[in-house]
Amino acid sequence: MQRYIARRFLQSLLALWVMSLVVFSLARVTGNPLDVMLPLEAGPEEYERISRHWGLDKPLATQYVVFLTKALQGDFGNSWKWHGYSAMGLVAQRLPATLQLAGFALLISVAIALPIGVLAAVMKGTVWDSAAKIVALLGQSLPGFWLGIVLMWIFAVHLGWLPTSGRGGIQYMILPAITLGWFQVAAVMRLVRSSMLDVLDSEFVKLTRIKGLSEWKVVWKHCLRNAAIAPLTFFAIIAGVLMTGSVVTESVFSWPGTGLLVVDAVRARDFQVVQAVVIVFAGIFIFTNLLVDILYAYLDPRIRYR
Amino acid sequence: MPRQIGDVVLRVEDLHTYCFTRWGVVRAVDGVSFSLRQGEALGIVGESGCGKTMTALSLLRLVPRPAARIVRGRILLEGDNLLEKTEREMRAIRGRRISMILQDPQTSLNPVFTVGNQLIEAIKIHHKDGRRSLVRRAIDGLKQVRVAAPERRVQDYPHQMSGGMKQRVVGAIAISCEPRVIIADEPTTSLDVTIQAQYLRLLREIQEATNLAVIFITHDFGIVAKMCDRVMVMYAGRVVESGDVRDIFNRPSHPYTQALLSSVPTMDERVERLYSIAGQPPALWDLPAGCRFAARCPHADERCRRDYPPSFTAGEGHTADCWRLEDACEPSQFSGPRA
Repeated sequence: MQRYIARRFLQSLLALWVMSLVVFSLARVTGNPLDVMLPLEAGPEEYERISRHWGLDKPLATQYVVFLTKALQGDFGNSWKWHGYSAMGLVAQRLPATLQLAGFALLISVAIALPIGVLAAVMKGTVWDSAAKIVALLGQSLPGFWLGIVLMWIFAVHLGWLPTSGRGGIQYMILPAITLGWFQVAAVMRLVRSSMLDVLDSEFVKLTRIKGLSEWKVVWKHCLRNAAIAPLTFFAIIAGVLMTGSVVTESVFSWPGTGLLVVDAVRARDFQVVQAVVIVFAGIFIFTNLLVDILYAYLDPRIRYR
Repeated sequence: MPRQIGDVVLRVEDLHTYCFTRWGVVRAVDGVSFSLRQGEALGIVGESGCGKTMTALSLLRLVPRPAARIVRGRILLEGDNLLEKTEREMRAIRGRRISMILQDPQTSLNPVFTVGNQLIEAIKIHHKDGRRSLVRRAIDGLKQVRVAAPERRVQDYPHQMSGGMKQRVVGAIAISCEPRVIIADEPTTSLDVTIQAQYLRLLREIQEATNLAVIFITHDFGIVAKMCDRVMVMYAGRVVESGDVRDIFNRPSHPYTQALLSSVPTMDERVERLYSIAGQPPALWDLPAGCRFAARCPHADERCRRDYPPSFTAGEGHTADCWRLEDACEPSQFSGPRA
């Protein structure tokens, strides 16, 4: 078990390093940052001076080593748009809001998708199964920016039950979390349903019934634990989708998180901040995958001993 | 200790289990009656799809829902009609008074729980007890089915065990709550031959020790000869012949039984080709009015195709559903002609 975790951990570090290469090269591919930084009338000697100042005259490999050393210390440079703030400082300041929203959205989607998926499988072919299908279809076909605005219009503007935007108590989180989470509800539900159907047909389920076990325990203990593997894989992907989805949702609801930050940063060509956000998102994504791998081994002993 | 054949523990009367499919009603079990005494071993023999397993699942009231349903009949376990029990009452009976061993040990244990855990669960459903004493009972259970080092083996996951070992665990689960009746549904089909013999010997020993009544579902006459006291031959959802093992082997009276026995290879005869029964069993959703074996039977005549034969007595406790016995014997008392 320890060896399994250690190996997965090293693989995660490798993935993170590759990610740093990608971020570094992408930033270089977009063009010379001096074109944006310097005024149009700047002469060649200006360029040379600033180049030397930022270290841009050095070969790419050296630049990368400098970037990596600094990045390892958490230093992604200073923001160009928000003077006096470091890029990482800005991200760190905004990150809790994004994590809070994503966590809440994940919670809502799992809390809804899991029971619905299980019940749809158990009651396959009934009205409930069809109703679950409709919920899934709506979730997967409604785009987040549209759903957010419509929810806001109904529940905040018309009914006045919930605030339109901003961050505060739990009532501020409900609408953005539903917007962010509904898509996942649909996907997770379908996955849970199909893997539950496979397991419900298996012989060991028959054996648990022969033992005299109650149907409740047959479904929620024996079946679900076997059926959880496939949806669990999907959680790792969801983590990524929730991060990128936050960009749209946070803009719609003016939620002061990293998603909103990166939109502002991209508009201002504030590459330092963009780089920091991408690296942090990638880090979260890779970490979630590591967590899922460990959870796998916990759920399925056959993986543990491989 | 030799087995004592005791009182009747299980009596099945006119059991009908149908599957309602989009192609029509499949009469999987169509009027099956038999009884089973304490300490007795009954073999149910027949081709695949003749209703053997469906009969077994009906006894536990675990036919696949919602397609299959027990439509008619009585299942009397020590006098209690199981078809009148609520689902809750049935759960107290399954595992405790009647249990079952499934065919494939590779898939009949849950891969994500230890075998000890699954054995303990089976005991815990019917006996409320402390953790430590449950573990001890589980270890005793494994000892009973001759699993070596049971104290260590309880912590194993199914994938760490061989097929034969897993089937022993399945056996241990079946007998853990000392049921009166065990149904073994082709318990050795997926084991290799040497392990098969070991497993059958083990089952026999357990039966002798506990005086269990066992129903063997199989298509292997070798197992029937070795393990069973009585045999019931099923064809297309009905029992076509039943009787003592010796009678069935010496004087098979139904052409289907005769055909089955002649398709078993023997050690002392060399044959070019094994005998096989021509044709296929009838579709269970479109059964002929007369004898169901008529289309494949070498002796069939007009009446066979028109009317289903009653059960004729061919000897003591030996009955067969075939018109050819009409001249030889009296119809047996408990069944008349059926459509």
